[in-house]
Amino acid sequence: MDDFYKEQILDHYKHPRNFGKLSKANAIAFDNLVSCGDKLSMELIIIDNIVKDIKFEGTGCAISMASASMLTGFVKEKNISVLKSFGKDDILKLLQIELSATRLKCAMLSVEVLKKAINSRENDHC
Amino acid sequence: MLSSQKIKTDFPILKKQNNLIYLDSTATSLKPQSVINKENEYYEKYCANIFRGIYKISEIATQEYENVRIKVAEFINAKNAQEIVFVRNATESINLIMSSWGVDNVCKNDEVVTTIMEHHANFVTWQELCKTKKAKFKIVPITDDGKLDEKKLLNLINHKTKLVAFTHISNVLGTINPVKKLIKAIKTKNPQCLILIDGAQSVPHMPVDVQDLGGDFYVFSSHKMLGPTGVGVLWGKYKLLEQMKPYQFGGDMISAVYEDNSEYKKPPQKFEAGTPHIAGVIGFGAAIDYLKKLGMENIRQHEIEITDYALEQLTKIKGLKIYGPTKAQDRCGVIAFTMTEAHAHDIAQILDSNNICVRSGHHCAMPLHINLNIASTARASFYIYTTKSDIDALVKGLEKVKKIFS
Repeated sequence: MDDFYKEQILDHYKHPRNFGKLSKANAIAFDNLVSCGDKLSMELIIIDNIVKDIKFEGTGCAISMASASMLTGFVKEKNISVLKSFGKDDILKLLQIELSATRLKCAMLSVEVLKKAINSRENDHC
Repeated sequence: MLSSQKIKTDFPILKKQNNLIYLDSTATSLKPQSVINKENEYYEKYCANIFRGIYKISEIATQEYENVRIKVAEFINAKNAQEIVFVRNATESINLIMSSWGVDNVCKNDEVVTTIMEHHANFVTWQELCKTKKAKFKIVPITDDGKLDEKKLLNLINHKTKLVAFTHISNVLGTINPVKKLIKAIKTKNPQCLILIDGAQSVPHMPVDVQDLGGDFYVFSSHKMLGPTGVGVLWGKYKLLEQMKPYQFGGDMISAVYEDNSEYKKPPQKFEAGTPHIAGVIGFGAAIDYLKKLGMENIRQHEIEITDYALEQLTKIKGLKIYGPTKAQDRCGVIAFTMTEAHAHDIAQILDSNNICVRSGHHCAMPLHINLNIASTARASFYIYTTKSDIDALVKGLEKVKKIFS
């Protein structure tokens, strides 16, 4: 279980990438994990279905923050149709660790916020 | 004095996993062999439904079940066993009071007073009733040192107060509220209002005498005091229980049923519809026997000693903040804390890698955490089997947390 806190995860936790806000975001979402007190917001610029830029802000445990940091790095220049099917296995692949059911929720927070943001953008077009 | 090292040998889980350091007894306690054996005894020797059979094993089961009611009554010094109602847990006890008393007695513009340090069970239940009834839901704050603000509590009591519901011991801060003194002061201001005490964290850890305390309802759970899960206790003054309407309807709670009407049994049977957790209640009896043998005063002394030691060791860790009263005498064996370096979940996860079980989150006390302006805490809690070396292991684990996150 000690490899849980691998160098890579701790590095992303202590020095999160893509942390902050975007001035011209066109897709925004927020969610929290009530039971842990984790909070996460994401702002995206999506042009022609491609994620041009993304930033996140939030507080939480090492897993939820490192996931958000890694995920935001991964999604840049990706088509949102690809991201819609992004799930549990994909985030675990990014983190390169195994998680118990309870801690999986921490990792999935960023995935859920990302999808919420993409959906909010699509709903805008309707 | 308790010999916790020796006590550990009575707990099969600690014998089988001798490196397990269990510091989450506030959530649920471990179970000694005698409780497990007693629960099994019912299934193996006299597995029959109670109150019904004329045959021998049903008579034995009924007698064993009812003996536990007597044991519980004696344990908390209730006037008699008829004041003891068995339910699933303390949460259900509170919900029973809400359904059977609250719905009929709390009206529009009445007031229910609770505190910010409550477990959700004694908070949400009354919040919900007040919403439905358009009654006022008043919340007593805490002082900076994590104690109940007694002055503000008494200021909130007036002629409209119907119920004051508060905990004996906070499951986060460990604060032991001066229940007897508060009940007296509340009743002086409004003798008509009822007082409900949540004893989930007190009955397992210290002597409790419900008559001496002077409230109207007192609730607690078996599983936090060495007994099986699925058994809770509601103690209520018999006159009140008599006035209250049934909680659930069906078998066992009736004395006669006709096509157009039914007659109900007297308390406590009036509140125990359907087949109860017979094995659990019988096992609970063995838990009370075990605690009585150790002596509740000895248990309290042991916890003061362990808590004192833990407070002393934990305060040495830089960046670790403890919530609640600073003296062991003022609190129970539960310590919630935060660390500047790591989130509570990460603390718990790293401790788990050392086989140390602590809880992390808001511990069913979200209003308190919001009030303290913290998202979550890690919580270590102690019981009769907790030794100083368990605390040393905790400290060592927390040093590991610091090392990983530094």
